[in-house]
Amino acid sequence: MDLFELLNFYVVPGIVLGSIYALGAVGITLIFAILRYAHLAHGDMATLGAFLALAAVTSLGVSPYAALPIAIVGTAVVAVGIDKVFYEHLRERPKIVTVMASLGIALMIRAVVQVVWGVDTQTYSRGIVRPEDYFGIRIRDREIFTILAMVALVGALQLFLTRSKWGKAMRAMSDNPNLALLSGIDNKKVVILTWVIAGGLCAASGFFLGVNTELKSMMGWHMLLPMFAAAILGGVGRVEGAVLGGLIVGIAEELSVLVIPSEYKAAMAFAILLFMLLVRPTGLLKGKVL
Amino acid sequence: MELLGLVNYALFMAIFICIYALLALGLNIQWGFAGLFNAGIAGFFAVGAYTSAIISTPAAEGRIGGFDLHFVFGWIAAMLAAALVAWPIGKICLRFRSDYLAIATIGIAEIIRLVIKSEPALTNGARGISSIPRPVGDIGYMESQIAYLIIVLAVLIAAYVLVERQFNAPWGRMMRAIRDNEDAAKAMGKNVEFRRLEAFIFGAALMGLGGALFAHFNRSITPEAIDPMVATFLIWIMLILGGSGNNRGAILGAAVVWIIWSVSEIATDRLPHEYAIQAKYIRLFLIGLMLQLVLRFRPEGLLPEPLRGDQRATKSGADQH
Repeated sequence: MDLFELLNFYVVPGIVLGSIYALGAVGITLIFAILRYAHLAHGDMATLGAFLALAAVTSLGVSPYAALPIAIVGTAVVAVGIDKVFYEHLRERPKIVTVMASLGIALMIRAVVQVVWGVDTQTYSRGIVRPEDYFGIRIRDREIFTILAMVALVGALQLFLTRSKWGKAMRAMSDNPNLALLSGIDNKKVVILTWVIAGGLCAASGFFLGVNTELKSMMGWHMLLPMFAAAILGGVGRVEGAVLGGLIVGIAEELSVLVIPSEYKAAMAFAILLFMLLVRPTGLLKGKVL
Repeated sequence: MELLGLVNYALFMAIFICIYALLALGLNIQWGFAGLFNAGIAGFFAVGAYTSAIISTPAAEGRIGGFDLHFVFGWIAAMLAAALVAWPIGKICLRFRSDYLAIATIGIAEIIRLVIKSEPALTNGARGISSIPRPVGDIGYMESQIAYLIIVLAVLIAAYVLVERQFNAPWGRMMRAIRDNEDAAKAMGKNVEFRRLEAFIFGAALMGLGGALFAHFNRSITPEAIDPMVATFLIWIMLILGGSGNNRGAILGAAVVWIIWSVSEIATDRLPHEYAIQAKYIRLFLIGLMLQLVLRFRPEGLLPEPLRGDQRATKSGADQH
């Protein structure tokens, strides 16, 4: 196998898949670090985002990429709503109770998707897209969009977190919640902001998975494990770590078919997760361990 | 005739309730008494079911097995196999907060699902393993159901007595201490990680036994026999609604939730076909909502965890510490 074959069939798809995981992993890592629990409904929230975009495409007749902002806003609103209705009153209880509630939410979101859109696979647009050739590297437009959108969204988020007042407040909550509260940071606003960001990124993640493959009601649930593996691999609480982790998990999954049967591709994320917990639970970029 | 059908249905329900009660008891050891979040119950269930099936069926083309052993060996092997799967997961994840265990158990359940689907030499692939023997051999349908119910009930009672005894023993008190205040328990010299691992493995073994009971009841096991997410979730809602930390609560919860679940299935099956599929998902939505409502309005469940001697004494003001 020559280098271009390796790049075209394994590395490029790996980077695209990794970018999709990264978008979700960033939300997971923020929730893990700021709200301090593992959010198990994250994958199904991504499914919801993907199907909201589909609804915009089919009902308004806009192009898929124009539907993305609608899906992001819609999912962010849903995420904040779920937090208000189902998670907020559990805040004083042990965090693991919220983890349990989120497992129930995952089931509820999936049920809503299955009732409204059915269980058959769907796509945003029909037809086969041929990849373009760039100096021997074959890549499709939608794959370029996926990677660029990930870089743009995460870059904007990183700017927000480091430069703006509310971004700094979020980081303060993540570093030391008691100190942050003492210095007058409004906990409620930080929580809402976290859910807006996580929900929006979730929608983007689900949307790009839908663009690059197809839409299924279980698509998000199957992304949950790789997204958590990415967040823990990069270091919980580290946005750039989540991106790095996402890319590594994505590429590792695609490359794994060279050595193990392709049915076990999904096991790669699990292996990475357990390995990191065993040897370096703080992750590559020294995140938190809860 | 109508009466006979009803009796049959009642027997069927009772056997299922016993199996689910056993699974809920297993979860109660993990969650109710040690505070461990297992989101992969279906995985341990499947390991138990397939292990017992392989051990106790006659030889068949194209897969391992054919040991044709007595069902008791199958059930013991099921418990051992589930415990063996739980051990490495617990070993790695129990050093951290239970969130990590939740993610890892979702992962292990997923891996087990993949193995079952893609290793026909082990599990006979999508066709599954059939002709798993019932413990009492070939007798009439009704007699066989009754006999099986008696056996399952006996297993459940034995498990209940043993678990209840363990909870009231110093071991149970220690587990609750670890659950409620890890640091204090550590300061008292308890080996927190090891004790959690014990609870996780015991619970997983009971789940494996539940799987084996299901396989022998069904006489066959296929990858599609249960929906992993739905089964796991049903057992969670059974324990939370019944009362986590209370063994009788776990059994009561299993009965209540399973009756609601099956009766609602009968109701939705009567709907015209185009609504029937949607109704299935609406039921899932409602069971998710039920968990949220219980967590909000009655987190202690129908039968709350009993206040044991030491706590009662503290409540009445006699501080003995």
